[in-house]
Amino acid sequence: MSPLSILLDGLPVPFEDHQTIMDAALAAGIYIPHLCHHPEFEPQGSCKLCTVKANGRYVSACTMPARDGMEVENNSPDLNDKRRTLLQMLFVEGNHFCPSCEQSGNCMLQALAYELEMLSPHFDQFYPNRPLDASHAEVLLDFNRCILCELCVRASRDVDGKSVFALSGRGIGKHLIVNAESGRLADSNFALSDKAAQVCPVGVIIEKRRGFAVPIGERRYDVEPISVQAERLRPRRAGEEC
Amino acid sequence: MTDESFDAGRLDDTLQAIVDGHARQPGQLLQILLAAQDSLGYLPAAALTAIARALDLPRAQVEGVAGFYSFLHLAPVGRYRVLFSDNITDRMLGSGELLDRLCNKLWIERGKLSEDALVSVDTTSCTGLCDQGPALLVNGRPLSRLSAERVDRIAELIRGQLPLADWPSEYFRIDDNIRRRDAVLAGEWPAGQALRAALGRGAEAMLGEMKLANLRGRGGAGFTTAIKWESARRAPCHGENGVRYVVANADEGEPGTFKDRVLLSSYADLLFDGMTLAGFTIGASQGLLYLRGEYAYLLPALRDNLARRRRDGLLGPALCGQAGVDFEIDIHLGAGAYVCGEETALLESLEGKRGIPRSRPPFPVTVGYRGQPTVVNNVETLCKAALVALKGGAWFAGLGTKQSTGTKLLSISGDVETPGIYEYPFGVSVKQVLYDCGAGNAQAVQVSGPSGICLATHEFSRCIAFEDVPTAGALMVFGAHRDMFEVARNFAHFFKHESCGFCTPCRVGTSLVVNCMDKIANGHGSQYEINEIFKIHRLLHAASHCGLGQAACNPLFDTLQKFRPAYERRLRSLDFEPAFDLDQALAAARQMTGRDDADAHFGLAARASGVDS
Amino acid sequence: MDALPGRGKLRIATATLAGCFGCHMSLLDIDERLFELLERVDFDRSPLTDIKRCGPCDIGLIEGGICNAENVHVLREFRRNCKLLIAVGACAVNGGLPAQRNHLDLGLCLQEVYLTAPGVVGGQIPNDPELPLPLDKVHPIHEIVRVDYFIPGCPPSGEALWKFLSDLLDGRTPRLGHPLLHFD
Repeated sequence: MSPLSILLDGLPVPFEDHQTIMDAALAAGIYIPHLCHHPEFEPQGSCKLCTVKANGRYVSACTMPARDGMEVENNSPDLNDKRRTLLQMLFVEGNHFCPSCEQSGNCMLQALAYELEMLSPHFDQFYPNRPLDASHAEVLLDFNRCILCELCVRASRDVDGKSVFALSGRGIGKHLIVNAESGRLADSNFALSDKAAQVCPVGVIIEKRRGFAVPIGERRYDVEPISVQAERLRPRRAGEEC
Repeated sequence: MTDESFDAGRLDDTLQAIVDGHARQPGQLLQILLAAQDSLGYLPAAALTAIARALDLPRAQVEGVAGFYSFLHLAPVGRYRVLFSDNITDRMLGSGELLDRLCNKLWIERGKLSEDALVSVDTTSCTGLCDQGPALLVNGRPLSRLSAERVDRIAELIRGQLPLADWPSEYFRIDDNIRRRDAVLAGEWPAGQALRAALGRGAEAMLGEMKLANLRGRGGAGFTTAIKWESARRAPCHGENGVRYVVANADEGEPGTFKDRVLLSSYADLLFDGMTLAGFTIGASQGLLYLRGEYAYLLPALRDNLARRRRDGLLGPALCGQAGVDFEIDIHLGAGAYVCGEETALLESLEGKRGIPRSRPPFPVTVGYRGQPTVVNNVETLCKAALVALKGGAWFAGLGTKQSTGTKLLSISGDVETPGIYEYPFGVSVKQVLYDCGAGNAQAVQVSGPSGICLATHEFSRCIAFEDVPTAGALMVFGAHRDMFEVARNFAHFFKHESCGFCTPCRVGTSLVVNCMDKIANGHGSQYEINEIFKIHRLLHAASHCGLGQAACNPLFDTLQKFRPAYERRLRSLDFEPAFDLDQALAAARQMTGRDDADAHFGLAARASGVDS
Repeated sequence: MDALPGRGKLRIATATLAGCFGCHMSLLDIDERLFELLERVDFDRSPLTDIKRCGPCDIGLIEGGICNAENVHVLREFRRNCKLLIAVGACAVNGGLPAQRNHLDLGLCLQEVYLTAPGVVGGQIPNDPELPLPLDKVHPIHEIVRVDYFIPGCPPSGEALWKFLSDLLDGRTPRLGHPLLHFD
């Protein structure tokens, strides 16, 4: 029997049973833009940056199971245009002031905006008021930058076993909360060594006294665009040259 | 009431009893929160902590659930919590003026708790009383047919702090308003008759009748019920004690829809028969009725009904004396979240979580409630299934059209002479329906609520059927004098309020289109905003996680196609205008500096002094 | 072929609104390419020319966001006169640093700065009619007028500005790729 494969932008990409379109693409080193997806956690499908067209239907690549012979459109003007609009939505929803952000240069939201040539936020800014939480000795929470990807929620719940983070509210009022009656990180059992401290794709969970350690020009996405890194970082099969 | 008035000991005792009453089940979290709020007035932070501890759940998860539902309150809301139904049909009947009137009489600001913590007045999404509006909820109980006189009296009753039980019972009267009866509404359906018919046929044969009937889901999507049932029947249960479930979706939140309310009020036995025989057919032993929070007033009668059915052997072990055929029904209450009408969000809510639609596949028929095979059917669908059991699939298929068999209950409201429930065989023309309900001067009909379709007069010859104009049952009629822009704007606000916020396009996009609509309404609009609405519509349609987001811009798209002048007459410029009033943006600085010279203004005031604005 | 058919040099105007002049400094960072630029364009109103009013222009470059009444007047003057209006830098594009006051009440801001801050004695909120009044919120320029192009960056590098302008002058749709496109 021939191996299972999808056609990703016309290219045959193999996959194994129970893999999603995203799994197959990541394994093949093909970049599908994404923010809320992380291969170590259960897929969620909320940011919608990984929207692709599978057999003519718009679906989330990170949650849609791959099927043999499925034709998937990924890197097309229509999809990239929609993704750019989604990024603009995320930028105006929060307060993303890159010049003062410790995560600038290492931020996936910013890197994706570069990747998709997002030159402006396009929409009117919401300028929400989201106070910081500086209560914790080692970590600062800057909610202004939260894109509600729930990676910290999943990491804290599924890896750390602590459930330090959760979402509350609904709709445009949805927001990240901390597992403490006071709402303060210092009153939770969060620790800098937690997996949850490592996974924020933007600049919400910030280690104190470490900001701006890497000079401009040497930060992660200064060096190479995010898509190039994804393609370079693909897992190599045995016997394959690096 | 304030936090200080809860002493920890009393709080613990109160909550302990509630949590124990729900068998300390984390899956009962939403029901526990509702009960806790009933007894405490709202959900203070300490109560959330205590409930989390008692259920061994992370506190943040409990707060996350409490923060999701509109009818759960994390801050004090007053002894009288008044919520005006804010559907466009209520607005057309003057609800906006009545709300202002009540606020004035009570000396309070809309949305703010009175200083004496006695009362708050705000709006809520459609309460399902469009045929007898304007309507409001006071502490969750519906009042219909509001008038200026009635509102004045309500203000007095609140100021006099009269308990709701002592308010005139006439205020709480809810009518069925059944105007046209057909297959379902014309009949008398004694409890258990349909169930016995199904038991007599046997499960396999009952499924065969369902296939013959070609019954399709009445919630709007029109999926073939027999396929759903058969898939769930075939799907294996998971785990050692796995069982299948039948869920009746009574989260009738689509604005303008109220037919399930009438079925629940007056045809509950038909529904419970339908649920029970569905369980028998698919091999499920547990049924769940998810009742929208706005219909909580129906709960006592529904619970009495279930108790009666248990006594009569129509529920519980050995149904109708048949050993090994068991079925039980539980009622869960929603708490003000339209998105829970989406079947997977409903399952999440049933499990005591935030009502976020799940990713599909897998579908509920294989992985549903608690991960088990689950059939989720609309209330009307289950009633129709009961009819199929009684009269056979062939009889049912003989009604309506080939692709849309049987009859449909329509909830008709708006500019008509006789609003209410109309039952028609599928295939009836919109024109016929409008004639029957006395909609003389209709310019538009919104079919199936805001997420449905807006029909203009040239489309009135179209038919109500899945193959032409599909509908979950709502028909809101707009007379020639109505402003279709304001209709669309009301719907845009509805979707913004009800978006669950899970996915980016719906969470942000519903706010962006509201901003566009409000900008146009406030006289700052241009063609730019109209183009933006189209662009956001296309994105939401393509990339939203569930049907709510996909449909959220439909009413704007439709009205822009069919009633574009209603938008254009409001546009201010050909090019682009700021969304806000520039002169107003200087008001704070004027106040702080005491300046009022020409340069301290934009617009007219500045022009009058010859300053370039 | 000429940059635009039947035309000689293009006319460019520039202005700094609620910004720090950093973007203008970046423009000067194109160094000797300034000569090349000056062969192809004439400058109208600009801090570089000290011309006070903007006349009819092909291109307007706006640095800075909109924080007061005067910013609005200047921006509208540019929009009226420039065929193409370009937002240059973080502040023009999304409000930037000045917009970090947007979650604060303007009245309380003025009160704190001029009346109650430590060390202020007998303070007064300036009320000279010569001074433009601040708006209650700071806005990116595309919230006030229609904007044709955006060059983000705080500031955009001289390289980025040069790439963008030479694309524009040569008749190509301007594009900024890695590493010229950045938000900081």
